[in-house]
Amino acid sequence: MKLPDLDYIRPGTLQETIDLLVAYEGEAKLVAGGQSLMPMLAFRLLAPKILIDISRLPGLNAIDIGPDGVRLGALTTWRDIERHAALKTAHPLLAAAIAHVAHYQIRNRGTVGGSLAHSDPASEFPALVTTCDADVVVHGAGGERVVKGSEFVLGAMTTSLEPDEMITGIRFPAWPAARRWGFEEFARRRGDFAMAAAVVFYDLDAGGRAADPHIGIIGEPERAVRLAAVEDLLTGRVIDRDVIAEARAIGEQAAQTSDDIHTPAKYRKALIGTMIERALMTAAGLELRPVAA
Amino acid sequence: MSRKIDITLTVNGAAYAHAADTRSTLVDFLRDDLKLTGTHIGCEHGVCGACTVLVDGEAVRSCLMLAPQADGASIVTVEGLGAANGELGALQRAFRKHHALQCGFCTPGILTTAHALLTQEPDADADRIRDVLSGNICRCTGYVTIVQAILEARDAYRRPADAGTSR
Repeated sequence: MKLPDLDYIRPGTLQETIDLLVAYEGEAKLVAGGQSLMPMLAFRLLAPKILIDISRLPGLNAIDIGPDGVRLGALTTWRDIERHAALKTAHPLLAAAIAHVAHYQIRNRGTVGGSLAHSDPASEFPALVTTCDADVVVHGAGGERVVKGSEFVLGAMTTSLEPDEMITGIRFPAWPAARRWGFEEFARRRGDFAMAAAVVFYDLDAGGRAADPHIGIIGEPERAVRLAAVEDLLTGRVIDRDVIAEARAIGEQAAQTSDDIHTPAKYRKALIGTMIERALMTAAGLELRPVAA
Repeated sequence: MSRKIDITLTVNGAAYAHAADTRSTLVDFLRDDLKLTGTHIGCEHGVCGACTVLVDGEAVRSCLMLAPQADGASIVTVEGLGAANGELGALQRAFRKHHALQCGFCTPGILTTAHALLTQEPDADADRIRDVLSGNICRCTGYVTIVQAILEARDAYRRPADAGTSR
């Protein structure tokens, strides 16, 4: 037996689930796909009294596309997103970024709600929620509340969820068809955790200048963040090679990295800059120049 | 406290009703309780892919699923990939022909992964196969022949009746 001593229960409704969370006073953990939780248990980083299996709760795995944007039920899997043809136009950034999440087998089980509740700083989905100003819909003993994406993740594996609460859905604001965007990620192995990534999008004003740019990065030790310094630089500018070079430099400067077992802080900063540059090039429809031999 | 709960499931076409420990992973349940030891345990934390099985038609890592979560599910393990008469299935034949295994430890997970892939995408190209295999670690590093074998087996999956893997 690899896992710590624990009990298991599979409630049939959301209300039963909340009641159980209340009854166990923080000693229960929710499990759906289990793709982040099970390794935590295997390493004995967690030893909850009981796992509450929410994977079969009805009505929580729908992908709804409407005029207000895209709503993902918390139990939506990466494969559900990958197979949803309409998402590629309704939210192309989401569809493209999710292609980087984990491996084939994990994608079949892993859920958006689980990824967000786990909040690994290297995960793509929390970075999307933060950068896209998504709303996180949460249910608890006190009923429903909506948390702004930028306020949901507090730090590495730490969220603003209360012990009696669970995520039920995530709402991404509507995506204008003409919006420019890019997503770039660097990982040592395809599907592995990102060492750095950049999430960028902006609209174009009548003069072809960037309006309301959003620049998010993965690579800081606590969580994905938006880089206001880069957003300020891009606002009102025509995104050309010179501006992108500036954005890369400012992004590298603004990113707060630290040494860890994967890479020195300096290297990660450089990676973040490169990801910002590449994502902006994609957004602007520019080609990367080949590196001289 | 952990305890035993009764679950029912289908594995390789056979129905089982069995008590599963609440802290048991699906792979431990398959190996220790059902004595189906073809599924291998490698890393036990979702990195290596050796324990891949099909759950309701989708490839999953059986070390990252609790046995009680498989209640009601239909599972296919590597033991289920052969034909009913005991002959090798199309993927297994292709692996033998191309010498697509060396020590063999990762092979059950790669066969089940490839079986899920080709069942859903019988026209998967070499790039797609490599992309999917990124979740399976072979430390003998024999990936070239593994990809060749999977490419060859595609033909049988385009005509499922011939694949010998209909379970």
